Amino acid sequence: MTVVGWLQILVILAAVVAFAVPLGAFMSKVFANERTFLTPVLGPVERGFYRVSGIDPAREQGWLGYTLGMLAFNAAGFLLLYLLLRFQGVLPLNPQSFPGLSPHLAFNTAVSFVTNTNWQSYGGETTMSHLSQMAGLTVQNFLSAATGIALAVALVRAFARSGAKTVGNFFADMTRATLYVLLPLTILTGLAQVAMGTPQTFEASATVQTLEGGEQTLALGPVASQIAIKQLGTNGGGFYNANAAHPYENPTPLSNALTIWQMLVVSTALVFAFGRLVGDRRQAVAILSVMGLLLVTGIGIAYWAEAAGTPVLAAAGLDPTGGNMEGKEIRFGLAASSMFAAVTTGLSDGAVNAMHGSFTPIGGMVPMVLIMLGEILPGGVGSGLYGILVIAIISVFVAGLMVGRTPEYLGKKIEAKEMKMAILAILILPTAILGFSSVSAVLPAALSGLGNAGPHGLSEIYYAYTSAAGNNGSAFGGLSANSPWWNTTLGLAMLLGRFAYIVPMMAIAGSLVAKTKLAPSSGTFPTHGPLFVGLLAGIILILGGLQFFPALALGPIAEQVQMLAGKTF
Amino acid sequence: MLSQIRAAATLLGILTVLLGLLYPAAMTAIAGAVLPNQAGGSLVTRDGQAVGSSLIGQGFSQPGYLQPRPSAAGNGYDASASSGTNLGPTSAKLAERLKADGEAMKAATGAATLPADAITTSGSGLDPDVSPAFAELQVARIAQARGIPADEVRRLIAENTAGRTLGLLGEPRVNVLAVNLALDANSPAPAGGAPAGVPTAAAQPTG
Repeated sequence: MTVVGWLQILVILAAVVAFAVPLGAFMSKVFANERTFLTPVLGPVERGFYRVSGIDPAREQGWLGYTLGMLAFNAAGFLLLYLLLRFQGVLPLNPQSFPGLSPHLAFNTAVSFVTNTNWQSYGGETTMSHLSQMAGLTVQNFLSAATGIALAVALVRAFARSGAKTVGNFFADMTRATLYVLLPLTILTGLAQVAMGTPQTFEASATVQTLEGGEQTLALGPVASQIAIKQLGTNGGGFYNANAAHPYENPTPLSNALTIWQMLVVSTALVFAFGRLVGDRRQAVAILSVMGLLLVTGIGIAYWAEAAGTPVLAAAGLDPTGGNMEGKEIRFGLAASSMFAAVTTGLSDGAVNAMHGSFTPIGGMVPMVLIMLGEILPGGVGSGLYGILVIAIISVFVAGLMVGRTPEYLGKKIEAKEMKMAILAILILPTAILGFSSVSAVLPAALSGLGNAGPHGLSEIYYAYTSAAGNNGSAFGGLSANSPWWNTTLGLAMLLGRFAYIVPMMAIAGSLVAKTKLAPSSGTFPTHGPLFVGLLAGIILILGGLQFFPALALGPIAEQVQMLAGKTF
Repeated sequence: MLSQIRAAATLLGILTVLLGLLYPAAMTAIAGAVLPNQAGGSLVTRDGQAVGSSLIGQGFSQPGYLQPRPSAAGNGYDASASSGTNLGPTSAKLAERLKADGEAMKAATGAATLPADAITTSGSGLDPDVSPAFAELQVARIAQARGIPADEVRRLIAENTAGRTLGLLGEPRVNVLAVNLALDANSPAPAGGAPAGVPTAAAQPTG
């Protein structure tokens, strides 16, 4: 670890917070339906969309109507994307003449992009036509992110309103998130990425004569327009197989800083918007402190582990001060690669600028653990905020048990119904991860996809289902997941992790919005001080540890011990 | 519910046209007009012929050229199939490869320890750069193969070395293709690119 490495990490995080404050203020206006500086341009577009679709944005929905609208919209998105992928062979904008995808790969990919996971069982430049990348994947990059934002806004309204029946209009919230928040940021930062070297063309490739007389075919395409939203929407599905490690997706250290900033900025701004919408900025600062504390710890552990290198590298004669550069790019080095790995999993992004499967065991465990903690540091756009609010509910409940008072959060009493739903939501992740992993660990059809033996092979299985159920999308890439078993079960894990979590979360919103907001009394546990920050961080770690420590002990921890003993597999 | 389904389907159609067709088309038009070089892949030309991209690594095996890191993309530096090895830290396959490559490189250079990037593969398999230390390790070989002073090679490497951006971001790096273009311009190689008197088939990909 170096001073300049840490300085780089802190400067990028500071740049995120600096921009997230005004963006959060802007977003709180957008979702309160107030006038913003973009209204003169986008207002007519927005109203036109509503008119054609028969939507009355002023007609709000209860939690169930909101959830059903969201499900209908996502089901339609899934269907359209599935058909596009199946039939890309006969559709236009397919300069490489790629055939349609197999049913299980199309299912996996469509689920993957609709659930904001962006797990990729395919190599982008060798599988997807331009039409599939643009009208299929890019569109869902926007819409799955906008869906997440809308859901988070609905939950925040449930805390902000008192004795109400409705939580908003899903279609209006989703459209506003797309038009006012995601699209302008995507256009601006996407053009900046082109300036830094990311291609944006309808050409499929360029062929060049190398200096030694060979031929090199450079895969090109509409890359920038996709990867800008891939990062801003915390999707993570790259244009290329190597994702943000590919020099076209991430050409320079500056573009790397920009992509990390893009990943973090909307989720962070949403926390500030939350503070404004509930009328207490201190609540936002407390939540953000927990996120920042745990995320920086994760970055630190990964950076330390990668800088420490491995016995295998040292035995081959590599300079031990250089750390583990297998699977990493020179232009990023150890600090920027470790930071990217922690951020992409503290969020639900899943882009990678280095191969997580080639990290040291502890370095690779960090991204896995950050997903297992629920991807709330600060989490995917929307999903991070509603994820941490569910855990905040559990935290005040635990605090209430300790002192024997009815817990409250943001003036709303937390009672049996909210707790049941919160626990239901929390249990989805371990069920999907551990359930599917244990079956795969003994099933020959699953094991044939592994690329590494020993504990690392088990880690590949854990990582795959963790990534899918957490809607992350990164991978220990040794796993060859493009087979019926993996594509199907990973697709199911993604669906569970997204929608089986959302429904109980929205039920909590429905229950809370109807409650009267209470004024704080002398018995209220304050949820904005260091005590709450410590409690919330502790609950996050204890929940994650109880659920997943045994699994981690058999995977990455066992591998670390074996590695230090000089064993290879 | 029926009105919800209608709203969902219509809105999806409109947004697909906006985000899936108009937006990428507009980005392509703007990028092509304002930043044509970057939008087209940052190609590098020599004598009117495209010889590579300044962002994408390409394979070099001749001793007169600066050589890149080993690559796992296709059969090596295949820019239509990016990939890392994805081998884990306790992989026997990785350990064997590193040991063999490390011994070969130590024998060829006489170095006791090697730079961290010298025999490890990158994440993309298309890393265009090497570390300054790895470039320095190759100076003597390049100078000998080309019959030019070592300091001349060092000068060309230094001219194509980028520091940390703003003194802060990323790591110092040497662009392999840029160095090799500069080497060719400085001491032109015979047709075919092989410096005179050097066996081109020498299996010395990492030496």
